[in-house]
Amino acid sequence: MLGPILETLIGGLLTGVLYSLVALGFVLIFKASGVFNFAQGAMVLFAALSVARLSEVMPVPIAIMAAVLIMIALAYAIEFLVLRRLVNQEGIILFMATLGITYFLDGFGQTLWGSDIYKIDLGMPKNPIFLLESVFPGGLLIDPSELIAAVICAVMVAVLAIFFQVTRVGRALRAVADDHQAAQSVGIPLNHIWLLVWAVAGIVALVAGMMWGVKLGVQFSLSLVALKALPVLILGGFTSIPGAIVGGLLIGAGEKLAEVLLAPVLIKAFDLAGGGIENWFAYVLALMFLLVRPQGLFGEKIIERV
Amino acid sequence: MRAPMGQDGGAGGVLLSIEDISLSFGGVTALTDVSFDIRKGEIRAIIGPNGAGKTSMLNVINGFYHPQQGRITFKGKARTKMRPYEAARGGIARTFQNVALFRGMTALDNIMTGRALKMHRGFFWQILRLGPALAEEMEHRLKVEEIIDFLEIPHIRKIPVGRLPYGLQKRVELGRALAMEPDLLLLDEPMAGMNLEEKEDMSRYIIDVNNHFGTTIALIEHDMGVVMDLSDRVVVLEYGRKIADGTPDEVKNDRKVIAAYLGVGH
Amino acid sequence: MFYREAGQFKTSYAADAAIFPVAQDRWFIIAALAFLFLVVPLLANQYLYTEVLIPVLILSIAAIGLNILTGYCGQLSLGTGGFMAVGAYAAYNMALRVPDANIILVFLFGGVMAMLVGILFGLPSLRIKGFYLAVATLASQFFLEWAFARVKWFTNYAPSGSVAVGKIDLFGFPIDTPGKKYLLVLAIVAVLALAAKNLVRGRIGRMWMAMRDMDIAAEIIGIRPLHAKLSAFAVSSFYIGVAGALWGFLRLGSWEPLAFDINRSFQVLFMIIIGGLGSILGSFLGAAFIVLAPIFLNQLPHWIGIPLSTAAISHIEFMVFGAMIVLFLIVEPQGFARLWAIGKEKLRLWPFPY
Repeated sequence: MLGPILETLIGGLLTGVLYSLVALGFVLIFKASGVFNFAQGAMVLFAALSVARLSEVMPVPIAIMAAVLIMIALAYAIEFLVLRRLVNQEGIILFMATLGITYFLDGFGQTLWGSDIYKIDLGMPKNPIFLLESVFPGGLLIDPSELIAAVICAVMVAVLAIFFQVTRVGRALRAVADDHQAAQSVGIPLNHIWLLVWAVAGIVALVAGMMWGVKLGVQFSLSLVALKALPVLILGGFTSIPGAIVGGLLIGAGEKLAEVLLAPVLIKAFDLAGGGIENWFAYVLALMFLLVRPQGLFGEKIIERV
Repeated sequence: MRAPMGQDGGAGGVLLSIEDISLSFGGVTALTDVSFDIRKGEIRAIIGPNGAGKTSMLNVINGFYHPQQGRITFKGKARTKMRPYEAARGGIARTFQNVALFRGMTALDNIMTGRALKMHRGFFWQILRLGPALAEEMEHRLKVEEIIDFLEIPHIRKIPVGRLPYGLQKRVELGRALAMEPDLLLLDEPMAGMNLEEKEDMSRYIIDVNNHFGTTIALIEHDMGVVMDLSDRVVVLEYGRKIADGTPDEVKNDRKVIAAYLGVGH
Repeated sequence: MFYREAGQFKTSYAADAAIFPVAQDRWFIIAALAFLFLVVPLLANQYLYTEVLIPVLILSIAAIGLNILTGYCGQLSLGTGGFMAVGAYAAYNMALRVPDANIILVFLFGGVMAMLVGILFGLPSLRIKGFYLAVATLASQFFLEWAFARVKWFTNYAPSGSVAVGKIDLFGFPIDTPGKKYLLVLAIVAVLALAAKNLVRGRIGRMWMAMRDMDIAAEIIGIRPLHAKLSAFAVSSFYIGVAGALWGFLRLGSWEPLAFDINRSFQVLFMIIIGGLGSILGSFLGAAFIVLAPIFLNQLPHWIGIPLSTAAISHIEFMVFGAMIVLFLIVEPQGFARLWAIGKEKLRLWPFPY
């Protein structure tokens, strides 16, 4: 019994890493501009689509570089057309704007690149790895692409964390996140900052999209994956990079374990037609968390001054 | 210059009594062992340099902050920890330094919200509107229009408050507090950011409210002229402690007060 | 010139506070209602009923519901689809198990069930605000979607997972033609819209708006946050539940949980953003736009002579909606309703420019 559970746990943790990658993009933008970018998921999809389609007509590394440029161009377009015109609006307005951007990107991406399922081939080993064959019969099954994704994710997190804490630009970003007007008044160029942040978030989305695309194939349901990043943010806190990681791991492992351990119990108890708990487990978990600790594990406590 | 109400108690008994209140949060000590009282029907000013803890004091009276130590007695009854809406129900109304109006609503509607505690018709009648709900709405509308006339703002009552100039917003906020017909009215810097003419208007309203309705008023104010003219008694805070308590004249000449405002050596 | 108020003096505050204080507005609404009830049935065809009028009317109720929660009370919700599902499945189960129940009661039951679920999922709003609440409502959306797909009792153990309703009749009159369905829906919508309008103009609407604008200040005047938020969730979910029941019974006839998925939630949210947050009229305008736009876009290729596949049209739809949301938020955050109000202002002055 322990073997399969462990396998599920490891699989869940690795999936969790992928969630974290998507959540990272959210955290970046929220930390730097206070904008809750609902469109992060659509950006992931768009980036993945670009790489998938471009790699059909050019070598994969070139396709990736082209996709990076595309994401930077996208960031510029979003900053210029939307963000610049909504400076100082309330958070909820900005959130709804990113909702609109999501729908637009969704339609635009599929118009541009098509809506079939596309493959990304990054040349990663496909054969499953078997761990600890001496302990468990047959060994624990691990997907190597997920393992590589985990490593890449770790590297990205380290780089970003250092960037925010240490560099001047990072400090400026934190100032902007706190108060747009105040940051402007000390001379921080809002537009440049936002452009930079959204570009970086776009690149993070690209990495996430590629990792997910290798795993699932690139298709529309990727946006739903992005929605899953929201519970990750709740657990980890909206402004914490380590939080995005921990949250992702918790959610990834949690929902897989719930499906394997909890679902059979529920099916029996309520005479259900099948499992599928994964669809909502993450959100309900996040909800419980919110009731106990609204700011997440690592987030900043919100104090309202009168 | 107002005639003193009498240091010995005079016309009113004690409405609110603050005893040994200490308040701190997050490592910052806002108030230490503050004690004073507010008599029924008087205008009490709370003054002091910036950071003295004046707004924190109002927040304690209001129920926003809960002091770690001390006792509050309101209308003769000892008060337990309460939330702001319980304080409101108890008869305490409040205005804020940074005008806390409902920006999406008109001035009229903002003041109407002040009548919320006095309006009771339930969902069923509200849906029907015709009949008891409408009658209640009109009864309170009448009262609110009286307040609007009193504050001389009928011309702006249908305008969303977000569009009003600061001085008028403060007047609307005062109107909303008055609509509650409170026993105790807490005003946090009601004259802030006003020019001389606006200050004179506001002073007039405050005095009228106190005279006409007998409303007890506690106000935080920086303009010394206003404080001397309006208030019956003054409490002076510095760094969270009370350093003086008495009539405006007594406080004006108190050496500790002068030192607090102008610095030692004067 | 025609829209002048000259000579119209309001002699009481009651007259000032009426829904349509301007006489021309009163005539307009009476004319519009007469048109909808009396003239349309003579002119409309099946397509108009089933593809335009009925969907717009039913979704307007859902939009009013969401508007009460999000537009008036400021609690962002992405769970509209789930609550519509509650209404639909509750109504279905009642009609199934109480065969002679009056159809109006069936719809009301759907609303009441949705209201109870709404209050339950609204409880977190006491501790959670803003985006966090939106994520919490996603929990309700995905959970409810799952529940109606998996808990076999809800679908009466149907092997396919979808449910279908039988014949509908109102006090013995069969509601079997699109025309009759339209009239039934119209009557229900008229009553519910008036109820909503009365609610939001009075003390309860002000209580909700106070919570939206500054919940801290709302406490100062004695409003209890618990009462305000839960009542908004309750009324909102009731409306959305009724809309769900109507959608299932009078628009679809048979459905699966997919009819009430996350896309439905977004659809209704878009309606109130485009139509106007905090406006009953806006709910109608937004619903009309969201329903008509795809129809219009579908016809567009024929008119300009460029053939487009259905998939391509749906993608263009997404782009147009997304772009319009952003556009409205930048240019006129208060949506069509505000544009309507501005239009009326201009009309008052016409033919003068200002």
